[in-house]
Amino acid sequence: MDVRKTYKLYLNGAFVRSESQRTYEAQGMNVPRSTRKDVRDAVRAARAAFAGWSGRTAMNRGQVLYRAAEMLDARSAEVGRLEGVERGEVAQSVEALLWYAGLTDKLAQLGGTVNPVAGPYFTFSMPEPTGVVGIVAPERPALLGLVAPLAAVLSGGSTAVALASPALPLPALVLGEVLATSDLPAGAANLLTGRHREMLPTLAAHRDVNAVEVSGCDEEERRKVEEAAADSVTRVVATEPDQWLSPHTALAFMEVKTVWHPVGR
Amino acid sequence: MTDQRTREAATETAHGSNHHAAAWEYAPAPEATDIVEIAPRQRLFIGGEFVDAHGRGRITSLNPATEEPLSEIQEADGEDVDRAVRAAEAAFRPWSRLRPALRARYVFRLSRLLQERSRELAVLESLDGGKPIKESRDVDLPLAAAHFFYYAGWADKLEWAFPNRRPRPLGVVGQIIPWNFPLLMLAWKIAPALAAGNTVVLKPAETTSLTALLFCDLCRQAELPPGVVNIVTGGPSTGSALVAHPGIAKVAFTGSTEVGKEIQRRLAGSGRRLTLELGGKAANIVFADAAIDQAVEGIVNGIYFNQGHVCCAGSRLLVQESIAPLLLDKLRRRLGTLRVGDPLDKNTDVGAINSRAQLERIESLVASGVEEGAELFQPECPLPDRGYWFRPTLFTNVAQSFRIAREEIFGPVLSVLTFRTPEEAVAKANNTAYGLSAGVWTEKGSRILWMAERMRVGVVWANTFNRFDPTAPFGGYRESGFGREGGLHGLEPYLGWG
Repeated sequence: MDVRKTYKLYLNGAFVRSESQRTYEAQGMNVPRSTRKDVRDAVRAARAAFAGWSGRTAMNRGQVLYRAAEMLDARSAEVGRLEGVERGEVAQSVEALLWYAGLTDKLAQLGGTVNPVAGPYFTFSMPEPTGVVGIVAPERPALLGLVAPLAAVLSGGSTAVALASPALPLPALVLGEVLATSDLPAGAANLLTGRHREMLPTLAAHRDVNAVEVSGCDEEERRKVEEAAADSVTRVVATEPDQWLSPHTALAFMEVKTVWHPVGR
Repeated sequence: MTDQRTREAATETAHGSNHHAAAWEYAPAPEATDIVEIAPRQRLFIGGEFVDAHGRGRITSLNPATEEPLSEIQEADGEDVDRAVRAAEAAFRPWSRLRPALRARYVFRLSRLLQERSRELAVLESLDGGKPIKESRDVDLPLAAAHFFYYAGWADKLEWAFPNRRPRPLGVVGQIIPWNFPLLMLAWKIAPALAAGNTVVLKPAETTSLTALLFCDLCRQAELPPGVVNIVTGGPSTGSALVAHPGIAKVAFTGSTEVGKEIQRRLAGSGRRLTLELGGKAANIVFADAAIDQAVEGIVNGIYFNQGHVCCAGSRLLVQESIAPLLLDKLRRRLGTLRVGDPLDKNTDVGAINSRAQLERIESLVASGVEEGAELFQPECPLPDRGYWFRPTLFTNVAQSFRIAREEIFGPVLSVLTFRTPEEAVAKANNTAYGLSAGVWTEKGSRILWMAERMRVGVVWANTFNRFDPTAPFGGYRESGFGREGGLHGLEPYLGWG
């Protein structure tokens, strides 16, 4: 007889039930059904974690993502057995984490410039993380569709609140266990399960969310997210699967800052 | 009433202190205006021709320095916008397939034509918009020409600019620009769009359409294929029709955050691309070790340049407490030497407020500052009898919660706050929904970089302010918008991939 696991949200570095104590049944398990309050708590945690995570050196962020790849790889048998996880999906997810682990300290050179202005000034532009990013994972692939954008967001130094696939939430909850053992600071990634229609409006309209990744949304959901996003000029990004491994996906969650200084004796 | 109250307060403050220093007497040095011929009635520019609008609306374009009408512009309606978009659609195929090096030549030509006709355009810009001629002549025109020249050079290097991405133009781009830098904003919009192979429909602001319409004559001289550039004039309803037109592949907007949000909402679910360059409430931070006289010049340039009609204006001065009295003393003295008046006078530092509506907005925000308890200072400079004017204004005793410290005034009004530590300066600088620009003044290099890292803004000017260049990306964080203009980054919003 097996020892069954109670699956919990990964929120602010801890494993917790929904504040509402609600659950729903998915993949044969009782899974937390998060509320608007859980979303707000997660955004608060992500905001609090932002200064620390974005302040790490790019090299250090790479090390943490590499550690996450190690941890996921070590659990590949467990995750691969979960219903709905496709063949090769775990390996691809490990690959995505490795890919972004190696990208963190390339972004400034890929997305930055020195600007040859017509005057006695030294001017450069560099990408900086946008802040807190909401991620809406697609129904399928439930693991890879979450890991790839999450790794892209984290690689640039932003922090995340991700909504897992509602039908296949278990891979996301196991991913939480992976991240918790990867030296990722508490709150840098928060994983919520539940119904998107209950969580999305709060996430999209939240004034402390800087960008929302909507590739997991259907057309109607996406329109609603875009409408709500306009209230605080939130960036809306949709990443096509063929862009899951691309520096431009990471750069889509970054801002460009230009700095000027005079040159003189 | 509020205006009168403001003036009384100003007079009191100016009299009550000895900071006021009179400007030297200068003989007027008016720029001749005979180089500009302004037709009494303007038309729309669609498909390479000036055409009468279907829309019946007419807007009188005033000289804000005299309140005299300059010309009448037509208000394009939905049908006119549709006609313009169709012309741009028809022009798109040949334009986007033109050999890139030839596309570059057209854009180079536009740059050269801007240089050749710079005097005429600068005078018209100052007449129509109220900005000092020395600024139109020395800032707006050279930068506009440089912008076209810079992007012309990218037109045949897109594959090198974006390796592994197979760049392609998007189609017809709808562009809406504000009234503070009419021709320069046109250049920021049109140059990268054309270089990338798009065609454009641009709507200038209704108070400052004349240089955009004169630019159409440059398109004629450049023999730009008809329909590549189309200019539709009008107010918000014209802009709204342009944004909503299904033939538009991308919208680029520069203007207020309020309208930017409306456009973003409007485009929700449309799949159309959008870039926004919106408002700001920049902090200009002066540390105790700064070169103080340079800082004073930078503060003045930061907020009084172009009458403060600048989205990245340094409207919140954060001064380290220990030097606040000294700095403010110097600043008040310097304000007394600013020449406010005739935009066409080559000595003028601060020109006319762009419109009555803008003047009223400035007056009401300044009145709110007085009501909330801030202390107002204005120099006693003489103002012309007619036209829209506002004295350079400085508020002290400002709390972060005051409207004048939170809202974009878009006028020559500076709010002064103080701080003690770098951490406090960063916290106060970032305490706004905006994130366009910031200034920092200190002689300590490591502190400049430390501050620059922490300020959530798109542009940081260290020991300088309000510098612009076509090679330097410009744009905001947060509610100041998204997307960049200028540099390699400014090309990207005009391209699709694969």
